[in-house]
Amino acid sequence: MPLEPACIENTATELTFGEILDQQGLNLKRGKTATLQINTGFLCNQACRHCHLEAGPLRTEVMDRQTMEAVISHAQKVKYEIIDITGGAPEMVPDIDFLMESLRPLCGKLLFRSNLTALFECDRNDLLELMKKLKVSIISSFPSTNEGQTASQRGKGVFANCLIMLKKLNRNGYGKEGSGLELNLVANPSGAFLPVSQCSAEKQFKRDLARKWDITFNNLYTFANMPLGRFKSWLLSSGNYDQYMKKLRDNFNPETIDGLMCRSLISVGWDGTIYDCDFNQAAALFLGGSKQHVADFTAPPPEGTPIAIGDHCFACTAGAGFT
Amino acid sequence: MDTYYDPLDLPKFSEIGKDAPELARKFFDYYGAVFAEGELTEREKALIALAVAHAIQCPYCIDAYTSACLEKGSNTAEMTEAIHVVTAIRGGASLVHGLQMRKVADKMSL
Repeated sequence: MPLEPACIENTATELTFGEILDQQGLNLKRGKTATLQINTGFLCNQACRHCHLEAGPLRTEVMDRQTMEAVISHAQKVKYEIIDITGGAPEMVPDIDFLMESLRPLCGKLLFRSNLTALFECDRNDLLELMKKLKVSIISSFPSTNEGQTASQRGKGVFANCLIMLKKLNRNGYGKEGSGLELNLVANPSGAFLPVSQCSAEKQFKRDLARKWDITFNNLYTFANMPLGRFKSWLLSSGNYDQYMKKLRDNFNPETIDGLMCRSLISVGWDGTIYDCDFNQAAALFLGGSKQHVADFTAPPPEGTPIAIGDHCFACTAGAGFT
Repeated sequence: MDTYYDPLDLPKFSEIGKDAPELARKFFDYYGAVFAEGELTEREKALIALAVAHAIQCPYCIDAYTSACLEKGSNTAEMTEAIHVVTAIRGGASLVHGLQMRKVADKMSL
């Protein structure tokens, strides 16, 4: 006979994220801001079914040179420990190499989020060489070592192209012990269920990828899918929305609050607008409650500044959380 | 009620303890301990549970352990194979009893 996870006492499905924080005597406020995340736009060669930003090949929102310059100017004033470039598919953004080269000296660590297939399809060997030269850490989406699960989330043919690209990254030193070139993978569940435990999933992925395809990587991160954008549309159309939100609420873990990434980063949208995180960008929740442009943004908000919240935040606080 | 099985009963399982709380507590403690990581991983235990759920044809268990298997990192190919293991054992159990039939028939036959 099965056992369901223990529910939080009095957690009815209609309680909002804010109400649950209040109920548990918690609040979500900023800590020290150490990371600048830059979303370079929604243009992507894929249209993944779990994408909270609804990125895809038909999207035209892409960060222009002027906005890049404003971002670089901001990063020169504020010394961020980590700068994190994401999309969409940043590989498809004109001047992405200019952005990377300009940002690299301004931070301790530069991250580049790749879906792997854009790097493969765009044939950007030059970009790969530049990333190697700049010692940029690559974070790649790789939802499953099972082709069917990957196809259901990201589309047909994606799995094979990802494997080709991972092998190429390995040949270039990425994900290899002692190379100083970090290759991390991110796995989101291929449906309306919670992610696998990061520790056991990393062991399984390392074993499977090495045994079947001779591929190595550094770390695996597992995250719950955001009930926003394309994934929310799918949840609603498939009749999974209420059950998924209940699952996220029932698995609310107060211990995740301190380590939530929104407490230590700011996120700049493709048009220069500032958000507490990439998910708030999808939910159109501005940092501080009003629209601000990175060009007018002199310093990160002080510690203790409240963070804009919505019910999508349950995805970051379920189980081990999104930290 | 138009069916004996209601999916909404599954999250109410703990209510079974209302008139016998001590027995329920002992059962649930034991249950939790069984499914914790041990010599077998939680993922392996969830696959075994899913297979057994099909052997005993418990819809509550099938519902719960389908989710559990996915959340422990299994994929539907592995889960389907686990069900085939159960099917082979169940089928084999029937078939091997055919040897008894043959013995009885041989004894009775010219």
